[in-house]
Amino acid sequence: MMPPGPPTFASAGATNVIGALLEQRTGQQIAANRAWRVETALKPVLRDHGLETLDQLVGRLAGERNGPLADAVVNALLNQETSFFRDAGVIETVVEAARALQAETPGRRLRIWSAGCSVGQEPYSLAMLFEELAVSRGFAMPEIVATDVCPSALARARAGRYSQFEIQRGLPVRRMVTWFDSIDGEWVVRPELARRVQFRCHNLTRDPAPIGKFDIVLCRNVLLYFASAVRRSVFDTLRSATREGGLLVLGAGETVIGQTDAFRPSERFRGFYQADGGQPAPARVSVR
Amino acid sequence: MKTCLVVDDSKVIRKVARHILETLNFTVREAGDGREALDACLTDSPDVVLLDWNMPVMSGMDFLRALKESGISEKPKVVFCTTENGMAYIRAAIEAGADEYVMKPFDRETLQSKLQIVGVA
Repeated sequence: MMPPGPPTFASAGATNVIGALLEQRTGQQIAANRAWRVETALKPVLRDHGLETLDQLVGRLAGERNGPLADAVVNALLNQETSFFRDAGVIETVVEAARALQAETPGRRLRIWSAGCSVGQEPYSLAMLFEELAVSRGFAMPEIVATDVCPSALARARAGRYSQFEIQRGLPVRRMVTWFDSIDGEWVVRPELARRVQFRCHNLTRDPAPIGKFDIVLCRNVLLYFASAVRRSVFDTLRSATREGGLLVLGAGETVIGQTDAFRPSERFRGFYQADGGQPAPARVSVR
Repeated sequence: MKTCLVVDDSKVIRKVARHILETLNFTVREAGDGREALDACLTDSPDVVLLDWNMPVMSGMDFLRALKESGISEKPKVVFCTTENGMAYIRAAIEAGADEYVMKPFDRETLQSKLQIVGVA
């Protein structure tokens, strides 16, 4: 292990190369006001690979652009900040919207896409609420598909194992004891909840949308990391995956206004966006 | 401003909790055991009690039972905050009437989240 040393120094060139790698792999950009985060986020990677500076890291990356080191760098730079029931009011409105949509199309199983699900708290939060609704009111359990670009985040999501800090953020204790087991110091999602969520690796900027139409698409706190041209293309991908009249849910600081005509603000569900009008062709964008 | 009564026999934990709670705009009162906490609640009930499990004189669980039987008109929300992190302890606390449960160690985000869940933050 590398002994503690002086702070590493990130040259602008190194930061640019690392930023380009992230954008090439995921479409995400490192905003100028978040460049400071690069060095902090990559410290564990530097330590694990016996490197001292970001310039050394860039030198190593030049020889293995697609190897495990590059994977580790990209994974470390992706913001995986999330929590159970993040913005609880939004999650509750998703359930309210699902009930309304189901009432309009009885007999059809609703489909929900959690795009950019990180380590899984959002889809598991939805699954908990829908399971409870199924028991209390006989609501038909929707199909929940959850995707993320980061394989390591998806692996954690599928395993459904959370630390003491992660499990306590946003998750009421009664739901914690109902849906999780305490195993070896971690909190592990119970199989009956885990089987309600399908996790898939998916790159919003390159891959076609998952097959079939979704009634509700959640893509919260993801688009803010994309350049505007990429964001427009991602909106088209999200629209191509959304059923006519279906809903798009964005993060608190995100909007469709002025960015796409594929969705318009929902009149029924405050803060949500409704898919209507002509449907664009499924779009892909090159971020090279 | 909401009031939180921090009940813990550790001065250090009370100090840490007070610091976090004050940044969350709570007025903080302190008690070193369940008996002191019960007296404080009967005198001037806080909005929420942050309650340790193991304490001298009166434990957290005994405090919870006594609070239930006290007939106090405006019962505070009770959030256990303890190193007893096993499922059996958590279930027992819920059955005894605790509103939420914080496993130590905790941080600001955890505490804020739990206080939001019980509707006081």
